Amino acid sequence: MAGDGVEAMAFLRREGAYRDAPRPDLILLDLNLPKMDGRQVLAHIKEDGNLKTIPTVILTTSDAEVDIVKSYQLQANCYLTKPVQLDAFESLVKSINDFWLTKVKLPQQESSG
Amino acid sequence: MPLQVLLIEDSPGDVRLTREAFHEVNPLIHLHMANDGVEAMAFLTNEGEYANAPRPDLILLDLNLPKMDGREVLAHIKEHASLRTIPTVILTSSEAEADVIKSYQLQANCYLSKPMHFEAFHKLVKSIDDFWFTRVKLPQAGKPVITGHELKLRITHDFHRRQWYGDTSSSGRGQSRRRPADPGSVS
Repeated sequence: MAGDGVEAMAFLRREGAYRDAPRPDLILLDLNLPKMDGRQVLAHIKEDGNLKTIPTVILTTSDAEVDIVKSYQLQANCYLTKPVQLDAFESLVKSINDFWLTKVKLPQQESSG
Repeated sequence: MPLQVLLIEDSPGDVRLTREAFHEVNPLIHLHMANDGVEAMAFLTNEGEYANAPRPDLILLDLNLPKMDGREVLAHIKEHASLRTIPTVILTSSEAEADVIKSYQLQANCYLSKPMHFEAFHKLVKSIDDFWFTRVKLPQAGKPVITGHELKLRITHDFHRRQWYGDTSSSGRGQSRRRPADPGSVS
């Protein structure tokens, strides 16, 4: 877990308290975050030669077209909106798991590019 | 509204298999074909015979293609300001880690390897449909919000209105009734 964008970037770059943090296989990213906004986090991930290969799924309450387009422009791997109902949310999490963790081929190594 | 999918694949067997599977899984999907990379780019940039090709909602891209390789097609799509927002799913028989990494480096939206058996392939197509067309929010911008047919009806309607009411303004009252600010509007 990372509670804000700054913490997320520290985790991904293994800085400070996150020196031994593992490299995630998948990132779930909210757009509206304190300190550093999700769009900024996404831009940082996708500009980083090493981090850009980690699939980054936007999971947010916003269904504004401008957020959707902006996220795909910044190379989000996909965009999902958080349902309000718990059942629907659980079902969405299950489908993320089914698709990304059982169907998709994820990169196994750190990217050197 | 039909969903437009562009399948970029050179193997006739895989094309047939994919077409059949999508047809069974979701009849609303309109599957377009490009047999090589050059044809795919012509389709996507509306060149030549593809002048009226629709903008796909999703691209399924094989890596090993004649003329222009799938990696090159992917690079072109993701460097293109307007095309880059179209989710591009790699669908290939290669399971080589080098291909997986390279595809994610080039910003493929996800990488799937084609199973050998029909049943497994069918299941994969079903899960592509379930995930990308029922779960994911796809970008609408860049897509015209009205179809050519609707546009024709609207022009005809405007013509008749002018005939009856003598309304000669080109963008008068009708404008305000349209749905609010849609970025991809053709009007």
